[in-house]
Amino acid sequence: MRKYLILAALIACAAEAQNRSGLEFASEEVRRLQASDAENPGMLWVDQGAKLFAQKCASCHVSMKGVAARYPAVEDGRIVTLEARVRHKEAFAYESDELLALTAYVAHQSRGMPMNTKISEKDVEKGKAAYYSRRGQMNLACAHCHEQNWGKHLGAETLSQGQPNGYPAYRLEWQKMGSLERRIRACMFGLHAELPPYGSDAMLELELFLVWRANGLPIETPAVRR
Amino acid sequence: MALARIDLPQEARPGELVEVRIVIQHPMETGFRRAPQGERVPRNAIHSLVCRYHGAEVFRATLSTGIAANPFLRFFLRATQSGDLDFWWLDDDEVQGAAKTHLVVSS
Amino acid sequence: MKRRDFIGSLAALAVTPHVSTTDPLVWSFTRGMPVLPGRVKLEVPALAENGHSVAMTVKVDSPMTASDHVRAVHLIAEKNPVRDMAVFYLGAHCPRAEVSSRIRLNGSQRIVAIAELSDGSFWSDAAYIEVREAACTDGG
Repeated sequence: MRKYLILAALIACAAEAQNRSGLEFASEEVRRLQASDAENPGMLWVDQGAKLFAQKCASCHVSMKGVAARYPAVEDGRIVTLEARVRHKEAFAYESDELLALTAYVAHQSRGMPMNTKISEKDVEKGKAAYYSRRGQMNLACAHCHEQNWGKHLGAETLSQGQPNGYPAYRLEWQKMGSLERRIRACMFGLHAELPPYGSDAMLELELFLVWRANGLPIETPAVRR
Repeated sequence: MALARIDLPQEARPGELVEVRIVIQHPMETGFRRAPQGERVPRNAIHSLVCRYHGAEVFRATLSTGIAANPFLRFFLRATQSGDLDFWWLDDDEVQGAAKTHLVVSS
Repeated sequence: MKRRDFIGSLAALAVTPHVSTTDPLVWSFTRGMPVLPGRVKLEVPALAENGHSVAMTVKVDSPMTASDHVRAVHLIAEKNPVRDMAVFYLGAHCPRAEVSSRIRLNGSQRIVAIAELSDGSFWSDAAYIEVREAACTDGG
């Protein structure tokens, strides 16, 4: 186990030196869509979020600028995602259009700002272990694709580094907006692994690690991905 | 009521060519997808769309499931005078949608 | 139709047409009129990574005047389960015969754009799009 973690640390160091957004691995069509607010379907959810924010949040909150860059956060020993924070007054269902819209709106207010979470390496121990553990019928760890083989081809796709900086994102495959947790589950599905439930500890730990790993990458919400 | 995002130049001169872009939130459900339990998700796509400028039709489309979800359309009109641009659409579930914006035309 | 135009049409027919006029979908709006290759330009990528959303622009070479304009542009897919994708209605009021949208493709195939002009003639362009699927197909 220790040998594995050392190897993981070495790979992580090398990889961190060149954090690259998923946008760099995306097709021309995807990049074109993301670049244009007039054409980016994700902006529809941001618009919806703006309306909801005015209705439900504006009585207490003013500007959301910079907020998304600080999430997920560790508060009182618990991992809190942006989605969890957004639900603090009204418990919108996970993956509901309302939650996606509000989260997208809030994250969009930090678009262009680097992810800047105050998480320490100690906080992400569990998530990191999960990232380097083999899972599923395919018996692969996240690191096998997204650390050791990013930039190479898997079928017709170019493997990205699996960075979370564009979420919630409009994914062509889903034909709608989706959260980072949905994307992680989709990856697990590809591995024919058990899908961690939304909001579960396993999911939160992995999310925390991904964001810690991505520190410095600019927020791109609403990103467009395949 | 489906959301839409309309993109227009801030201002146009009379007689000028104006590029109009709209993206509408709609799944354009093909009727061929299956829900997690295995049942088919029924077809529901926007089939008719009209754009009127100053009350007169400037663009009309019949759409089908071959148009991608959250449909995007881009077309041209000629600016005459300041006026509203009204979009209206109807889908297979007979749900209407509408979006409006204003084109400012100044000489 | 002037004799000159008729002979021009015959010459154009010598070029392989993009669609068969006996195709029932095409017949439904052409009623047997010849569909001549030309005057229409279909702009799509040769390779689309994902069939869910492919950028498409169709342009028709037309002065767009009261006497000479594009009435409508029909977009047809060869292999989609529902072959008629869209009809864009333009008209004399429209200053430029150019429309963009995003189409959905059920795999690699040819698509055809047919423009109906104010003089009753039909012109077309076709394009073949190679569509790849995502390697890690989702369940969610």
